[in-house]
Amino acid sequence: MATLQADFTLPLRAFALELALDVAGTVALVGPSGAGKTSVLHVIAGLAAPARGRVSLDGERWVDTARGVSLPPERRRVGLVFQDYALFPHLSVRANVAFGAGGRAVAPLLERFRIGHLGAARPQELSGGERQRVALARALAREPDVLLLDEPLAALDAHTKTEVRHELAELLRQLGLPTLLVTHDYEDAAALADEVGVLVEGRLRQLGPPAELVARPRDAFVASFTGANLLRGRARRGDGALTTVRLESGEELYSADEADGDVGVVVYPWEVSVARAHAPDADSALNVVRGRVGSLVEVANRVRVRVGPVTAEVTAASAERLELAAGGVAYATFKATGTRLVPL
Amino acid sequence: MGAGIALAFLLFPIVAIFARVSPGRLVAQLSRPVVTDALVVSLKTSGIAQALVLVLGTPLAYVLASRRFRGRSLAIVLVELPLVLPPAVAGIGLIAAFGRLGLLGGTLDAVGVRLGLTQAAVVIAVAFVASPLYVRQAIAAFEAVDPNLVAASRTLGAGPVRTFFRVVLPLARRGLAAGEALSFARGLGEFGATIMFAGSLQGVTQTLPLAIYQEFDRLPDGFTTALAMSGLLVVVSGALLVTLRLVLQWQPSRPTSRFLFAPSR
Repeated sequence: MATLQADFTLPLRAFALELALDVAGTVALVGPSGAGKTSVLHVIAGLAAPARGRVSLDGERWVDTARGVSLPPERRRVGLVFQDYALFPHLSVRANVAFGAGGRAVAPLLERFRIGHLGAARPQELSGGERQRVALARALAREPDVLLLDEPLAALDAHTKTEVRHELAELLRQLGLPTLLVTHDYEDAAALADEVGVLVEGRLRQLGPPAELVARPRDAFVASFTGANLLRGRARRGDGALTTVRLESGEELYSADEADGDVGVVVYPWEVSVARAHAPDADSALNVVRGRVGSLVEVANRVRVRVGPVTAEVTAASAERLELAAGGVAYATFKATGTRLVPL
Repeated sequence: MGAGIALAFLLFPIVAIFARVSPGRLVAQLSRPVVTDALVVSLKTSGIAQALVLVLGTPLAYVLASRRFRGRSLAIVLVELPLVLPPAVAGIGLIAAFGRLGLLGGTLDAVGVRLGLTQAAVVIAVAFVASPLYVRQAIAAFEAVDPNLVAASRTLGAGPVRTFFRVVLPLARRGLAAGEALSFARGLGEFGATIMFAGSLQGVTQTLPLAIYQEFDRLPDGFTTALAMSGLLVVVSGALLVTLRLVLQWQPSRPTSRFLFAPSR
């Protein structure tokens, strides 16, 4: 597979976007809105000119500020799918897809994306899922060498999203193109990409396979962005192998990680158990947080329960068995080995 | 009450044009040579002037709408200036620039071009006075085109020219048509700059407004002819205004039309 290499600086209003990234396979950039994610795609597509740097595809130079090279967008073989899809409202679905096809037949592409029956329709008449398929078909009609996706799932409602995410993952696998996608949703990124980069204020905080970001988050932001609980406190080395962390609330937690000073205790929801009563002798989990049950949110066959400051993920069956209800008191417990300590 | 008076005040002179003389006599006047000559001159000069406005004004408006550069606001103000300029000032300006004694007069003379008392002078006067209405509206129309659609076109392999004709122009066309209608109406009524810069020569530079003025001077017989030509311009201007409103209200087909034939539940 081809490799897209990008290394550039682009001054934005509040900060400078500085990025060095190799894209082979699918890479997702995640981060809060305003982190500069879309600007990364614009630099690669040729819609924004970096102040310094290079963008190349397998040695073919698209941008090289040192040599004064900057190809216009139409000469870079990119397929860019815009966040709101940017379909041409004055053209039919067929004409939208044919726009970049250079005269090639688009019927097979329409069929492949199950929009063949919509060929004569205007984009305004389509549902969100249909628009997304038109936008993908249009970008691919150009036969791009690189695929860029800007928040490909953000405009969809929760119901269609899971299904579309599945389809998209399958499509990306079949295409085998270097793909860079940006999203504010870590779950989408983890489901679609081989590598995930966390982008905050124009800088990459961490780049790695999704599992690595979860196993070893480099800092508090990465941890909370990947869906972990983050409890702030002060760490102190204990006598044994454990570090004691005194939380701002006064409770003490234990971690197998070594740390000193102000830290964040990172624990993922699936590492946390929930009980109605606390029986210290019957539990190997060292850490206990007592609190009122806040929200209960069902996610597929599981339930996310908020106990005090901690979110736990339990099966729907256990949530029922425990008769958890908002407002009641519960205990969230987790092992010392299930925690990571990150500097604050 | 006040609104009623205001409306009556605006309508009364227009009604008076048609009420003074019977419609039959008005229509009969339209076949007089002074009228037909003026009509031909007006249509020809307006047609050429508007073609120039479209061909030159559209790229100017697009550059002003899509590029960000120093002095852009100033450029827009300058483009709009002829709009608010007194017609007499516009006339003097054109004479000072292109007249025989004007800045470019010597140069034009040297290459054998005399603008005074020619139809070319009428075209210049009309284009000068009417183009700002088109350019102004065209800037607004181009600015309203979603920049993401332009960007999408570029990433799909279309260069700037193809993007302009396949994406920008179709999406801005209603605004452009509205601006052109306003510009055409304004140009058709041009009086002051034309009479100063091009004169009022029947069959050459005498447009309908100039002919109205000349006939009005020929009391009492000319007055009926002046009324007839005025009535003609009222009808043409009214038709332009209605067209303009229709163009601005027209919506491309909406999804609702799909449900017209939906089975009832």
